[in-house]
Amino acid sequence: MQNTHIEALKKIVGQDHVLTSPEDLYTYSYDATPGHAHMPEVVVIPGNTQEISEIMKFANENKIPVYTRGSGTNLSAGTVPTKGGIVLLMARFNKIIEVDLENLVAVVEVGVVVADLNDEVAKSGLIYPPDPGTVATATMGGTISENAGGLRGLKYGVSKHYVMGLEVVLANGDILKTGGKNVKDVSGYDMTKLFTGAEGTLGVLTRAIVKLVPAPEARKSMMAIFKDLDDAGKAVSGIIAAKIIPATLEILDNATIRTVEDYAKVGLPLDAEAVLLIEVDGIPEVVEKEAVKVMDVLKSNNAAEVQIAKTDAERDQLWAARRAALPALAKLRPTTYVEDATVPRSKVPAFLKAVNDIAKRNNVTIGTFGHAGDGNMHPTIVCDLRNKEEMERVYKAMDEMFKAAVELNGTLSGEHGIGLGKLPWMELQHGPQGMNAMKAIKRALDPNLILNPGKLVGEC
Amino acid sequence: MTKQITAGDINAHDKELLNDLQDALANCMKCGNCMAVCPIYKETSKESSVARGKISLMEAVLNGTLPITAGFDTIMAKCLNCKSCTSKCPCGVKADELILRGRHAAVKARGLHPIKKNVFRLLRNRQLFDFALKMGGTFGPLTFKKIPGKMAAVSRFPMPGMDAKRATAPISSSPLRSQHPEVIKVANPKFRVAFFTGCTINYMYTDVGESVINVLKENDVEVVIPGTQHCCGTPVYVSGDFDLAKEMAKKTIETFEKFNVDYVIGACGSCTEALKEYPHWLHDDKEWHARAEKIAKKTYEISEFLVDVLDFRKDTLGPVNATVTMHDPCHMVRGLKVTKQPRDVLKAIPGLNFVEMKDCDRCCGSGGSFSLANYELSRQINDKKVANIANTKADIVATSCGTCRMHIQDGILQNNMNQDVVHTVQLLDRAYQAGKRK
Ligand SMILES: Cc1cc2nc3c(=O)[nH]c(=O)nc-3n(C[C@H](O)[C@H](O)[C@H](O)COP(=O)(O)OP(=O)(O)OC[C@H]3O[C@@H](n4cnc5c(N)ncnc54)[C@H](O)[C@@H]3O)c2cc1C
Ligand code: SF4
Ligand code: SF4
Ligand code: SF4
Repeated sequence: MQNTHIEALKKIVGQDHVLTSPEDLYTYSYDATPGHAHMPEVVVIPGNTQEISEIMKFANENKIPVYTRGSGTNLSAGTVPTKGGIVLLMARFNKIIEVDLENLVAVVEVGVVVADLNDEVAKSGLIYPPDPGTVATATMGGTISENAGGLRGLKYGVSKHYVMGLEVVLANGDILKTGGKNVKDVSGYDMTKLFTGAEGTLGVLTRAIVKLVPAPEARKSMMAIFKDLDDAGKAVSGIIAAKIIPATLEILDNATIRTVEDYAKVGLPLDAEAVLLIEVDGIPEVVEKEAVKVMDVLKSNNAAEVQIAKTDAERDQLWAARRAALPALAKLRPTTYVEDATVPRSKVPAFLKAVNDIAKRNNVTIGTFGHAGDGNMHPTIVCDLRNKEEMERVYKAMDEMFKAAVELNGTLSGEHGIGLGKLPWMELQHGPQGMNAMKAIKRALDPNLILNPGKLVGEC
Repeated sequence: MTKQITAGDINAHDKELLNDLQDALANCMKCGNCMAVCPIYKETSKESSVARGKISLMEAVLNGTLPITAGFDTIMAKCLNCKSCTSKCPCGVKADELILRGRHAAVKARGLHPIKKNVFRLLRNRQLFDFALKMGGTFGPLTFKKIPGKMAAVSRFPMPGMDAKRATAPISSSPLRSQHPEVIKVANPKFRVAFFTGCTINYMYTDVGESVINVLKENDVEVVIPGTQHCCGTPVYVSGDFDLAKEMAKKTIETFEKFNVDYVIGACGSCTEALKEYPHWLHDDKEWHARAEKIAKKTYEISEFLVDVLDFRKDTLGPVNATVTMHDPCHMVRGLKVTKQPRDVLKAIPGLNFVEMKDCDRCCGSGGSFSLANYELSRQINDKKVANIANTKADIVATSCGTCRMHIQDGILQNNMNQDVVHTVQLLDRAYQAGKRK
């Protein structure tokens, strides 16, 4: 990038909001995805939408790539500036503009951290449900762009179910508003949904209008231990068939159980093939009833042991195992890939078996845990990026794993997005027609291909 | 002819400095969890402020992308050593220690900052240091403007690296150690303990030292205050000058070995932790490591000693009618993991109304010398703490670290409030005094 370009950017946002030192640039070369890193040429920290519009106009005219960044916690290399250019850091967009209690919506700038929004609306007895493992860090813009979900996904869905309207700056600098506070809105193409989950390839989000829901009055947690994986699978289907939609329904596989036990000593039997963790929430009377029904389903599907939490402390204890899953696995080896291949929930046991076979066959370590209720699995591969020979086996295992998911009518990503990480398998899932349609949208909105180029739909 | 040194050579040298950290650094999975808790990142929103960024920069040096530059140095310095990142990290990365190693590498590669060099020269020599600070005490009224009623003063002359309007504690005209004999006897001693005063208590907050002595006497404990003790070495260690820090640790160990005591008591989270960390500082020297272990095992923070070892007496406590809240210093909560004991001490005091503040364990922004070099930034961090204090409606803030006390007292004054900040043990002392008046 020429010096004159940097000067021009400084004119737009001010000297202090342009970073160019090699040290600063290096710290924006990565995100939470292992194995991808590239230095940007400049980091720009805009303060308002107008500035972004000017930056985009300038970048578009000069064909400079732009990578929008929230907190950089995504797991698909979505923020890595693979072609240099500008990292557009949204940190200064950190205001909660409005909590509208009459319409149960919040209007926020996209740099707001999700947990901060939740802290604010909790005062009014509300929640913003999408809660990725990184809620305390991830931004609204990043979660909306990744269509992030979380533990409550089964009952509450993912980000797209809560985004009602957006303010977006397009590649050419145009400022666009989509949606609004209307609960019913069928006017035109659903542009709000289009930009939600677009991973920064179609526009820069600056503001969002999101739906809030009443916080559940009560909740109840249960844990069941299964000696047989199929029984656990049947219990999952059984709970849904009993017309209960828990807020969370989590599974840990044997590899994860053993790792967690080794690390956190929470008292799980090492020979268990699966542990299910379930939480029902809502109105106290309903919660009581549902909890009893869930316990019945668990027992009738041969759960070896069932526990129910009576107090908050007991609830914490039950969840300790699930909370420890990722840390325990991550500590085994230096590199950790957290994938999120997802299958229809009835296929969860089949997918877990496939992953186990793949791990054995390729001699790699994979522990799987995840959201059994919505079929969203997190096969977690631990390895050492510095070991070439091992990494070849890891990549082969990943390839087989994503193929297995697609063969089971699943999807590459339940909540983490595609970015670069899962790009190689996109055509496998969507076919050439699907890819062509997506690329056509990309080219229409970003003809010079400057927004997060090469990601999600690949080169086009 | 001498060989010319190239950029590549410099880089190779830098790599050498961090080589043994490769595995420890690789354990960081870049998840960003540390961003949620880093007080500095919260203010700056810059990736280079947070542990993840600093770790990645060390990796950049190791993989040859960046040499150790002035920029690297500055970034490593922007850390309060508050350990929040480490306690939050799912992968068990000891980020605070790795950052200190980054500083160490910077010191080795680029030398120490000249101002620090001068201060450390002073620190190395106890007699000189003592003399300098005593002079500071004698001429204290000249250099510090006293603020009535509070253990605080505003520096009247701009001191190097110190903001002119900043309130500090006045340097005592007579250090604690010159006011007491080396051995303070009691009638029927239950234990004999050595008191590690540290510099802040010896030269500034002598009131804390007095309270420690009073409280121990009240509990029939014989107190030894070794006259030749000196600074624990923490400021030197956290600046990355490990060699001098080790030298100071050895001096401290030698000093305390001379006395036959049951325990060594500190009244500051940082010094106490330092004494407990000496085995780690001296891990590569077998003999010294063993000697350090012996001292470390005997070392307790005063409230920890009062509650866990002594079961301090409660029958002679009189009332202290005040609303008190507590700030947990980083090195108490995440270093020593001592949080329950100081609360037990306060809750035992009749009349005292204890209220928890929000985020009681969040760093106040002092970070030793960090607040000297980055006053504005540390004040911003401090303002959050002060706001939480204000919300409790407390009249008194109790804490267990001199630098926190100074920094929070400064923040309170800058925000035009009037709470007093004291050490937990001072309130206990007050309660014993009140008991006597009954
Ligand atoms: C340990 C761990 C656990 C996780 N758990 C979950 C989980 O349970 N569920 C889940 O869904 N995810 C999870 N994630 C993934 C990650 O936290 C989410 O993807 C999160 O939404 C990313 O938010 P961010 O602010 O960090 O965005 P970033 O990583 O900064 O950006 C993500 C993407 O959004 C784009 N983007 C960011 N801001 C904007 C904007 N304003 N306009 C346009 N594009 C933008 C970026 O270009 C990038 O493509 C986890 C990650 C980690 C490391
Ligand atoms: S230091 Fe720990 S918490 Fe921070 S990014 Fe690395 S692994 Fe995550
Ligand atoms: S020790 Fe504290 S200030 Fe330093 S990086 Fe960690 S959290 Fe931030
Ligand atoms: S921690 Fe601070 S006050 Fe305590 S001895 Fe060390 S330098 Fe002095």
